[in-house]
Parts: sequence; structure tokens; C-alpha cells
Amino acid sequence: MKKIPILRLGRILLVSIQEDLTDNEAMQFQSDLVNKVAEIEALGVAVDITALDVVDSYMARVINDTASMVRLLGAEVVICGIQPYVAMTLIEMGRDLIGADCAFNLDQGLEMLRERIAHRGDIRFTGDGDE
Amino acid sequence: MQAARAARQMAEHLGFGRAQAYHVATAASELTANMAVHAGGGTLHLQPLTDNDGSIIGLEMRAEDQGPGIPDLDLAMTEGYSTARRLGCGLPGASRLMDEFSISSTFGQGTRIRAIKWCRHRPVDRS
Repeated sequence: MKKIPILRLGRILLVSIQEDLTDNEAMQFQSDLVNKVAEIEALGVAVDITALDVVDSYMARVINDTASMVRLLGAEVVICGIQPYVAMTLIEMGRDLIGADCAFNLDQGLEMLRERIAHRGDIRFTGDGDE
Repeated sequence: MQAARAARQMAEHLGFGRAQAYHVATAASELTANMAVHAGGGTLHLQPLTDNDGSIIGLEMRAEDQGPGIPDLDLAMTEGYSTARRLGCGLPGASRLMDEFSISSTFGQGTRIRAIKWCRHRPVDRS
């Protein structure tokens, strides 16, 4: 079973989905990520899907659900690197397959997360790194 | 995923544009996943469609399984309906990605789906 590495950058987590996931892998990934977010009280999560060139409705659901779960815990989420043809296909397939915020690439995604986190205005959230 | 790759390669090989090739690939992935979830697997056939003079006019995709069949086809093609915990846009989504889409299912014997993507650079009268 593939395991998606979750990288930590201060209180931001980075994940990169490189391949299609099976049902079990997707569930494992979601629970790993959600637990990690809760464990370190992550402020933001960037999910990079630059490497995915086919995103079917199942993968779209996995990505979207994961984003919603992370948001429920209180972290910001941004999906990075959706390929142009993937975007065209997703919209052709149906509206609102991906409802999370998106960025061109990881770089802009991280920038977006930092801005959001700063915007929250809570003094606990303004630290960039570990407490 | 392999189905998606094969479909995309064939589409590109046949001269489809990239966007169309991705549509075909995603539809292939959608149909294969559908068979895996609902019918425990099945086969996906891909083949080029040619004109009388042998020129390529499209790509045909046939998904066949020996699963339980779909009791209500209209319902299965309805946006947002799913018996497995999915988005419910697999079949309707795949049909939107392709130009032609027909489905037949016999209860207890399986489901057959035939879908076609026409080559755009060649005008095809489909009225």
C-alpha cells in the first residue's frame, strides 16, 4: 500500500499526491493527515497535485473530502498545481468537484496559506515557525 | 490508472487534441473505477473508429462487466446519485466527457457501456 509522506514546515503541512489512490490508500491518507493536523495543531495544509494528470470523480472526492476534514479541524487548506487539462476535464465532468481554494503551485500555495494565517489575527497564529 | 494511460496514449496517437485526450483518459478511469467498485472488475476495450476510406474518425470505448447489473439506468445516470459512497457523477461525468454514450444492463448479468469520442478536426455530421 502506498503511503503519502506528510512533510512538516513549521506549523504548515505539505503533502504531494503523485499517483491515483485506491479506496484503502485514500482512507489511510485522510486519517494520517487529519491526525497529523490535530497532533501539531497545524495552521495550514498544502496539497500538491501537480503530478496527477488524470483526476477522476473519485480522486476529486478524496481531495475535496480531505480538504473539508482539515478545515473542520481549524486549519487552512490550499490545493496546488492542478494541471490545465485536469481543470478542463473536471469542469466538463461536473461543477464543484473541487470546492477548496487552489493555487498555481506550491510556492503560491504556501504564500496563500501564510496570508490567511496572518489574517486570522489571532496572536497564537502569527508565529511562522514552531512555538 | 493504466486504463487512463492507455486511453490517453491511444487518443494522442489518433491525433486527438490534448484536452480531448485527457477527457478520454478520465472517462476511461471513471468507467474502470465504476466496474471495480460495482461489479468487482470488468474489461475496457479501446479501439479506433475508421471511415470507409480508412481515416480515423473517432475512438470507441467499451466497458463490459459481469456484475449485478444496474436496476435503474436513469437513476444511475442522475447527477449526485450513488449506491457506493461516491460523488455520484461517475457515469454522468463520463458521458459528458465523451460524445456518444450508451449503456445497457441486464439485471444479474452485467453492464455494457459504449462511448465514443469523435475526432474534432474532421467535421462529423451527428445530427
